Amino acid sequence: MAVRTYYTREHEWVRIEDGVAVCGITDYAQSQLGDVVYVELPEVGAEIARDGEAAVVESTKAASDVYAPVGGTVVGVNGRLEESPDLVNESAEDQGWFFRMEIDDEGELDELMDEEGYQAFVEELD
Amino acid sequence: MTGLSRDTVSGDLGLRIEEPLIFEQDSPGAVGVDWPEAEAGPDRLGGLARSGPIGLPSLAEPTVVRHYTRLSQKNYGIDTGLFPLGSCTMKHNPRLNERMARLPGFADVHPLQPESTVQGALTLCRELQRWLTVLTGMPGVALTPGAGAHGELCGMMAVRAALDAGGAANAARRRVLVPDSAHGTNPATAAALGFEVVSVPEDGRGRVDPDRFEALAGEGGVAAVMLTNPNTCGVFENDIRRIADAVHDAGGYFYCDGANFNAIVGRVRPGDLGVDAMHINLHKTFSTPHGGGGPGSGPVVFSEALAPFAPVPRIVEEDGVLRLEEANGRALGRMKAFHGQMGMFVRALAYMMSHGADGLRQVSGDAVLNANYLLRKLEDLYSAPFADSGPAMHEALFDDRSLRDTGVSTLDIAKAMIDEGLHPMTVYFPLVVHGAMLVEPTETETRASLDRFVAIMRGLADRAKAGAPLTEAPHHAPRRRLDETQAARKPVLRWRGAGEE
Amino acid sequence: MRYLPITSADRSEMLRAVGAPSVEALFADVPEDALLAEPVDLPHHAGEFEVERQLSRLAARNRAAGAGPFFCGAGSYRHHIPAAVDYLIQRGEFLTSYTPYQPEIAQGTLQYLFEFQTQVCLLTGMEVANASMYDGATAAAEAVTMANRVTRRSKAAVSGNLHPHYRDTAATLARFQGFALEAGPPMPAGGEDLASRIDGETSCVVVQYPDLFGNIADLSALAEAAHAKGALLVVVVTEIVALGALRPPGAMGADIVAAEGQSIGNAMGFGGPHLGLFAARARHMRQMPGRLCGETVDADGRRGYVLTLATREQHIRRERATSNICTNSGLCALAFTIHLTLLGETGLKRLAALNHAGAVSLADRLGGRVVTPAFFNEFAVRLDGDAAEAVERLAGEGILAGVPVSRLHPGAGLNDLLLVAVTETAEEEDLAALAEALA
Repeated sequence: MAVRTYYTREHEWVRIEDGVAVCGITDYAQSQLGDVVYVELPEVGAEIARDGEAAVVESTKAASDVYAPVGGTVVGVNGRLEESPDLVNESAEDQGWFFRMEIDDEGELDELMDEEGYQAFVEELD
Repeated sequence: MTGLSRDTVSGDLGLRIEEPLIFEQDSPGAVGVDWPEAEAGPDRLGGLARSGPIGLPSLAEPTVVRHYTRLSQKNYGIDTGLFPLGSCTMKHNPRLNERMARLPGFADVHPLQPESTVQGALTLCRELQRWLTVLTGMPGVALTPGAGAHGELCGMMAVRAALDAGGAANAARRRVLVPDSAHGTNPATAAALGFEVVSVPEDGRGRVDPDRFEALAGEGGVAAVMLTNPNTCGVFENDIRRIADAVHDAGGYFYCDGANFNAIVGRVRPGDLGVDAMHINLHKTFSTPHGGGGPGSGPVVFSEALAPFAPVPRIVEEDGVLRLEEANGRALGRMKAFHGQMGMFVRALAYMMSHGADGLRQVSGDAVLNANYLLRKLEDLYSAPFADSGPAMHEALFDDRSLRDTGVSTLDIAKAMIDEGLHPMTVYFPLVVHGAMLVEPTETETRASLDRFVAIMRGLADRAKAGAPLTEAPHHAPRRRLDETQAARKPVLRWRGAGEE
Repeated sequence: MRYLPITSADRSEMLRAVGAPSVEALFADVPEDALLAEPVDLPHHAGEFEVERQLSRLAARNRAAGAGPFFCGAGSYRHHIPAAVDYLIQRGEFLTSYTPYQPEIAQGTLQYLFEFQTQVCLLTGMEVANASMYDGATAAAEAVTMANRVTRRSKAAVSGNLHPHYRDTAATLARFQGFALEAGPPMPAGGEDLASRIDGETSCVVVQYPDLFGNIADLSALAEAAHAKGALLVVVVTEIVALGALRPPGAMGADIVAAEGQSIGNAMGFGGPHLGLFAARARHMRQMPGRLCGETVDADGRRGYVLTLATREQHIRRERATSNICTNSGLCALAFTIHLTLLGETGLKRLAALNHAGAVSLADRLGGRVVTPAFFNEFAVRLDGDAAEAVERLAGEGILAGVPVSRLHPGAGLNDLLLVAVTETAEEEDLAALAEALA
């Protein structure tokens, strides 16, 4: 079964891999931000509620909060972003992931958009 | 290396001379100041004498003078030309003010000398307070804040102190209403003091919607409104009395951001409009030099209600002698080490005395006339979102809608202006206008200078519409567009010698 | 009026172009009763000579430091400023330029800021420095809030020998931002035990070097004690020339250095404008307040400079900014960097040595009255009577003898203490005159 990706209205994505939620910002979000220069990641072990502030992504002109798509505990962060924040621009929904979480309630995923729903949402914005 | 440098041996072009860092001109053995060696003797440094080199370069005076002269030639200043930077009031800086600030009686005076030896300095501070009081119609003046944003901090601390003095119930008053056209410092200041920022939307005509404002103020918990007037959309908030009444009725205070005071100085007193606190950027309205980013000076004027909470030190008179009051139970506290930016007070007072009440009135009149002139001369080529919202004040606001199909952005126009020998206007501010271009000519431009500006701006619009490649500009400045992404991704904030980590 | 070039003929034509009957008509949006019909009640415009005459009279009513023996310090110091400094900072391209937000035509400002940041790092022994702040006191207050951000704690332990104006500036922020600031009592002879006041909730310990009374102490153990509890060491320097002679704070484990830079290149000016210096460890760079200048390249690959990491600042982050600051002390930083470049390695060390030698010479004459055991160019002297009265009396005799401690610590029972600063501007006769007056 193909791995399913879920999306938020705040332009985060989340995907379950090996039982852990991998989160990042969407390709649309990175295109709006422009060149990403820095990502402030959460501490491993941090417990974050759904929609809680989890990270900050900065371009030269803007700083944006990144919220947790679902509630849970941070179990890993993408250390490569420290040296190479450009990964967010190049591969927002793969190599440019932000953090991994153990989810409190998988049911929260069902309240998010699927890929098709998110595409429609973004088209509304443009 | 490309193009431009191909014609010369050095790579330099006429007066455009590359200049290395001082660290790259180190000439061990050279000195720029002749100090003798101290007589040898036992030190009393407690064993903490520095060992080893500091790492400072050694240069003789001619090298140093040439270095900084060459650096200066890479800068644009008001002395160079029109500086239409909206909301920044880049007007002529009279040199008399510099001479006055350097009088030994002002410059070579210590802040903690006996008060009996600084009566002239204290009198000057009092005189500046008097001018500010009369010009604003507000009875209290705190001189100490070091810049506009520091004045905002001071003013909003006074609001908090007054609320706290009003009883424990006021602790819940934490909402500060801030129009979304505000300077970034306003929400930053409010948030820094623990207030909750409530954004007030713009009404589509460049102003605060008074009905919406009254509704928000009516929701309770209001501490203050922070409003710029004239506002950053370049128009006067004609419902300002309703706004003042609404915030007062809600039990809050009216903080006015005085950044745009130049538009009304000598004609309108903020105290007559219901303002409780307002900072005054001496480096804007009263022409103390911007100096490449400071030092500023941001005195705050207060209404009767807030004046008792002004910070220390304060200047008080006892038996005809001026003293500094260093403690006061109601004071909000202390803003900085000493009594304020004295050097800026001297310059500002020299400016005020030179203009006088009549000249200051002409300042605002000409500043507003010049802005309206530019607005009318350019609005057919550059869309002006609020051109029909009443007369502009001292700024003319344009946006990039009229350039939409050209591929040329506000940023491109700004960079193209550099090639034309102009400093760009303020761009992408206020945030409520997409692609904003905020033009503030000030009153110290000649009509010829304004007409030249108009001719250049019209020419650029024509070129943009004709498909000229403006996106590469500037070509003729000391540098072309700089890579800000690289600067932020891998910050290099200091020089390091070869091999240094 | 000489600064206003629009003539009445211009005005008429421009009003016609605008379509307004008068200048007054342009103020139609102002509530009518708030619009003044006449100039306000202040003097009318005055010629240059008249303004100069009036202000010169006010200036003459102050006693300039150069008029006689002078020993005031306590956060503002009288040092010689080379003529080239004042000439260069008055070049219009520096004086009348704006914050370098358009880097292509502000490389002059940006390059000197880059040089300035490097010099501040070298002097303090730190890894990164910002482009300056309002003054030393506000820099110190910002250092505390930065330490709170870095450690996510909200309690600062402050030395009793920190300049009281610095302490009060930080305490004012603490009052309104809701963090704790615990200051100890002043200890003129030093020996304060700050380490014991650090616990697991402490964000930082703030210590002045040399301190208010001129004491210098090795801060390495204090740094270790702070770090062991997860707190930062903030070192405040009010006399930056001292770092030409003393081991730098960075070499003793400081995490943040907040300093007053007025001593190099800038006049005392009755207390302002001064120059806040701010330096930190590279790992805390993104938590720093204020402007930062960084190196980059332009579209042709040439080295250039820009303001960078601006996302920390108010104009981008608005209510989420690291501080509300939107200015630096640009021209004061320029004066600092020019003076320090003229001094260079040798000049600064010699200048510092001259300051120390003068202070030692005076202290030797005052003998047992000197309270401060180890010092740079300033120390506390115990008088037989009230120091403020002595200062007032000596001012009448033409000597500005120093700063009475009671002026900074009223009610602390230190009325007999006088702070005396000796810089390179004090001559042998001045030292002799003060020693005799205090004998």
